[in-house]
Amino acid sequence: MNASVVRQDAPLVNATRFRQAHEADWQRLDEIVTWIEKRSIRSLSDDELLALPALYRTTLSSLSVARDTSLDRALITYLEQLCTRAYFQIYGVQTPAWRQLTHFFARGWPGAVRSLWRETLFCVALTFGAAVLAWLLIRSDPSWFYSIIPEGLAGGRDPTASAEYLRSTLYTSKGEDQNWLGAFATFLFTHNSQIAIFAFALGFAFAVPTVLLILYNGLMLGAFFAVFEAKGLAPNVIGWLMIHGTTEIFAICLSGAAGMRIGLAIAFPGGASRMDSAVDAGRTAATAMVGAVIMLGVAGLLEGVGRQTINNDGLRMLIGAAVLVGWIAYFYAWPARRTSRGD
Amino acid sequence: MATSAIHGLRRTFITPEGVDLKLELGSAGSRASAFMIDLVLMAVILIAVTFGLLYVLRAVEIAKAGGAEEVVAVIWLLGAFVLRNGWFSLFEMGSRGATPGKRLLGLRVVARDGARLTGAAVIARNAMREIEVFLPLSFLGAQAAEGTADTFLTIFALLWSGIFLFFPLFNRDRLRVGDLVAGTWVVQAGKGGLSADLVGSGYRARRTFPPEALKLYGIYELQTLEDVLRTENPDAIVTVAGTIRRKANLPDDGDDYGFLSDYYAALCAHLEAGLMAGRRRESKFVE
Repeated sequence: MNASVVRQDAPLVNATRFRQAHEADWQRLDEIVTWIEKRSIRSLSDDELLALPALYRTTLSSLSVARDTSLDRALITYLEQLCTRAYFQIYGVQTPAWRQLTHFFARGWPGAVRSLWRETLFCVALTFGAAVLAWLLIRSDPSWFYSIIPEGLAGGRDPTASAEYLRSTLYTSKGEDQNWLGAFATFLFTHNSQIAIFAFALGFAFAVPTVLLILYNGLMLGAFFAVFEAKGLAPNVIGWLMIHGTTEIFAICLSGAAGMRIGLAIAFPGGASRMDSAVDAGRTAATAMVGAVIMLGVAGLLEGVGRQTINNDGLRMLIGAAVLVGWIAYFYAWPARRTSRGD
Repeated sequence: MATSAIHGLRRTFITPEGVDLKLELGSAGSRASAFMIDLVLMAVILIAVTFGLLYVLRAVEIAKAGGAEEVVAVIWLLGAFVLRNGWFSLFEMGSRGATPGKRLLGLRVVARDGARLTGAAVIARNAMREIEVFLPLSFLGAQAAEGTADTFLTIFALLWSGIFLFFPLFNRDRLRVGDLVAGTWVVQAGKGGLSADLVGSGYRARRTFPPEALKLYGIYELQTLEDVLRTENPDAIVTVAGTIRRKANLPDDGDDYGFLSDYYAALCAHLEAGLMAGRRRESKFVE
């Protein structure tokens, strides 16, 4: 048998016919999508903006038809890639950053914190329970202090320290160098924020490490309090802790609550599937965690700058209490009013 | 939007218009390479900024202006914090949904349900990196720096990291722990041009083939032949042309590429005619 040679003019296969009919539309969509990917959707002209949905639908139907009638794999792959890119530019568009930000402060953050109220309450109770426990233990036997606080962190503030030395650590003396307050505040902020992010992420292990982290935080708090209280410095150390501590401990409790939510959602998904439950918890918890990082920024400023410049116990306590009332009003009272207005 | 049927890394993904986009998930290899590229970029930026700030500090000290150390320290601390916690999140919140590393490998982060990717989801998936990579490594680093890292601790840290690093290999959707919690996955967002039409149109001399020669193969073989023609590997062309000639009992006319493209066109037209009549022949093994 010989393969004979003939001449023909009509397109032989569907792909050719199809390419000829629609290639211009595909190329146009390709150009517009490439443009959006490089710049933004706002940089399109009105004509292009109007043409985009129509071109997208044309290309999508081209893909359907090509899959059913054509065997040109390169063509189908090209159309699949083009449609996917266009889909994500049309349906996956990002809300503008400023609107995401206003939504976060107006609804997202207080809403997430409010929905975590059970976990938050548990973390607060755990912190103070652990603090009281540590305090009682050290009061009965001061050697407990050394098993709770690592040596480096104590900085001489242990049960053997004198009352004068302890007092001197609470206040800034006149001659002390105050140049590094900003850097100190920044260091405290970054360090504490990293711990808040850990508390969130560790929640994945069924919340166990997060609970331990919160527990240990409470123990340290109680241990330090016990040392100062034994030397009759209770009101002084409360003022020293409160000015930033109300914000900082609240923030750590909130990030712990966020971590617990994830762990609990995975361990006990309830009616939803484990996967859906984890996703729902993960997004709420992430919002609360970002909020906690912002709170730790405020706490860093209060601790690094406020506490170093304000040496009056009453004023320190007042500031701490006022900030705490502010946070509680923002999280729990304000959004409730918004929802009751039917917003 | 349903996501159910599975073929390798292809996932059914139906748009509101009712068309299945058949998304392709990013492979573990390209995900890992993208992450390494990002880490290298972060390290380079950190080192460059550190040296830059030290240079500025020296210049200021020569000019005898006070207080510069503190400003530099604040910038460095905040910069390092933002770099570590913001690099992935800020890039993935952008319109491309990808870090520079992912962009180089043609990857993109999308929400599994097809909805828009929210900031909360991006932050959740990246905050999880803290326990996946940074926690065990920084723990190990700190212990090693103090010279107290023992074998047990090293093994534990590596094991911990290992569980999370290889987590994507143990689930069919290649989800990282962060993806799992955030409801995201990473897809190939490849960008290729439309390659030329192999058959083409218009007046052209073509070989014709007897019907028996066109009944030899199905769609799978046709598309394999398409790959051979597009890659234009001379050895493959000679081998494939020889096989087809032998099977179809056709003489060798010395023009392998011309023979193959004509056979491709004829087979394609033949199989398409079958499609129109409702007969889809997937491969040579089905009738």
